[in-house]
Amino acid sequence: MKRTIDRSSENRTLGDLGPLLTRVGGIVAALGILATLALAFTADHGVERFFKSYTTNFAYFLSLSLGGIFFVVIQHLTGATWSVTVRRIAEAIAANMLLLLGLFIPIVFGMDIIYHHWTDPHAASDPVLAAKLGYLNKPFFLIRWGVYFLIWVVVSRFFHGQSVKQDTTGDIDHTLRMQKWSAPAIVLFALTTTFAAFDLIMSLNPHWYSTILGVYYFAGSALSAFALIAMSSMWLQAKGRITQSVTTEHYHDLGKLCFAFTIFWAYIGFSQFMLIWYANIPEETEWYLHRITGSWLPFSWGILIAHFVVPFLFFISRVPKRSRAFFRFGAAYILIIHWCDMYWVTMPEWYTDGIHFSLMDITLFFAMGGLYLVGMARGLGKASLVPEKDPRLEGSLAFENY
Amino acid sequence: MSAEHKTSLWGYLIEFETVDQLIHAAEKVRDAGFDKWDAHTPFPVHGLDKAMGVKRTILPYLVFVGGFTGLIIAIVMQWWMNAYDYPYIISGKPMWSIPANFPVMFELTVLFSAFSTFFGMLGFNQLPELYHPLFSAERFRRATSDRFFISIEAKDPKFHAEKTRSFADTLGGDAVEAVEEEDH
Repeated sequence: MKRTIDRSSENRTLGDLGPLLTRVGGIVAALGILATLALAFTADHGVERFFKSYTTNFAYFLSLSLGGIFFVVIQHLTGATWSVTVRRIAEAIAANMLLLLGLFIPIVFGMDIIYHHWTDPHAASDPVLAAKLGYLNKPFFLIRWGVYFLIWVVVSRFFHGQSVKQDTTGDIDHTLRMQKWSAPAIVLFALTTTFAAFDLIMSLNPHWYSTILGVYYFAGSALSAFALIAMSSMWLQAKGRITQSVTTEHYHDLGKLCFAFTIFWAYIGFSQFMLIWYANIPEETEWYLHRITGSWLPFSWGILIAHFVVPFLFFISRVPKRSRAFFRFGAAYILIIHWCDMYWVTMPEWYTDGIHFSLMDITLFFAMGGLYLVGMARGLGKASLVPEKDPRLEGSLAFENY
Repeated sequence: MSAEHKTSLWGYLIEFETVDQLIHAAEKVRDAGFDKWDAHTPFPVHGLDKAMGVKRTILPYLVFVGGFTGLIIAIVMQWWMNAYDYPYIISGKPMWSIPANFPVMFELTVLFSAFSTFFGMLGFNQLPELYHPLFSAERFRRATSDRFFISIEAKDPKFHAEKTRSFADTLGGDAVEAVEEEDH
């Protein structure tokens, strides 16, 4: 049975929400930056701490846009119908890559602090590091990040651009072109995400290695991108946009993805832990030793429970996926807990004896989050909030979970 | 020679040529308040559940309980085997080391979930059922190839031999057949 959805009176443009988002995001970012600067120049070891907190928050916001790229590309790769009405939001999240390129600059200046283990000239006298310095050196590190961002920016702009162009031309060639390029794009995405995770997170402790860490970073990034897509869509609907295009059925599927990737994240996290725990080789166990030392131990247990057990039980039922009141809460929860996860993978490498909380962890979150909102307002304001002439749009509107 | 079996009315079988006819008829039967009736199609028809007013299955709850049972069994089993009944040190780990138990906990959770899904589904549908009175209707054979059917059972409290027969005639089917059942 076909459902008919009347979209004639629906508002599908960002309109005056664009300036609102830009204003709110701008103010939050300005306050965040001011507070961060004040803290960085007054607190003990403030500048040092700034770069550490910055890396944690950068890893967080980068993961959101990486998840956005993954969502968009995988829809084209699989020829998905259900997701068309929420794809434009994911395209905007992915298109924030250009902003993240700008946000990467402070990391370049902070490398001596963030990655002091291998940027230090004495690293060459450490036999383990000496063998790795061909990879872990500043010029090659920067070249790699140049390549990552080139690929991410090109991929995200290509899929956003083609989709927006189709809004006016209605040409099916855009869909076919995106479908064709989605296959190489997903391969490039997998490789760049893996190596970016190695460079950004794993090289904080250059003695340590885990080939699955890239997948771990990807699992969290995809999970939080699904949550962000759902939240953005619910916010737009609360503001009277796309009220008909996105239905309970689309939220149900986003909820299923949140559920699945909650399990996937735990599965990958445990796979990494189990092999290291079982083999019990000192250079591998060191990473976990940091995380069971002092106050990091309860934090680690907290991550296991709050990042897996709680969302698992929350999303297992059909009810919270189909109820916006529940899902809004669940999506916000995932976005917060994923931040804690990024904190957990980065911070114990600098503070090995326990949690050392700094206000800058939070102020930088707001500084970058504000800029991220401004970037999203730009991305969403460029075109309709729904791919208007996508050949699969009708199917997506009529989509139902049976 | 066997004695002649006595038969009585099992219910009515109504045949339809298209999905649309079936869905409309199903809505009418649902709205008439029948309880013991069913629709038969050669392939899954989207929207039929709603047209029939079928309630959501409680199977997921059974699966949750099944999976949880599997998890508990896996924990207790490994504790009993490795730490209690036959304590044995493996790779220098403690007698009962939970991380090593995780894979089995995961697998038994999945296994018990799958079992409770499969057998729960069979149980709720009262399957396997080797014989059904509808098999005696010649036209019902097409239910597995190119025809759609609704059957209304005489057991239904709202069933009335004549009234339901005339109701069945109004459903827009191509044919209505009275299906007989052998008395036990």
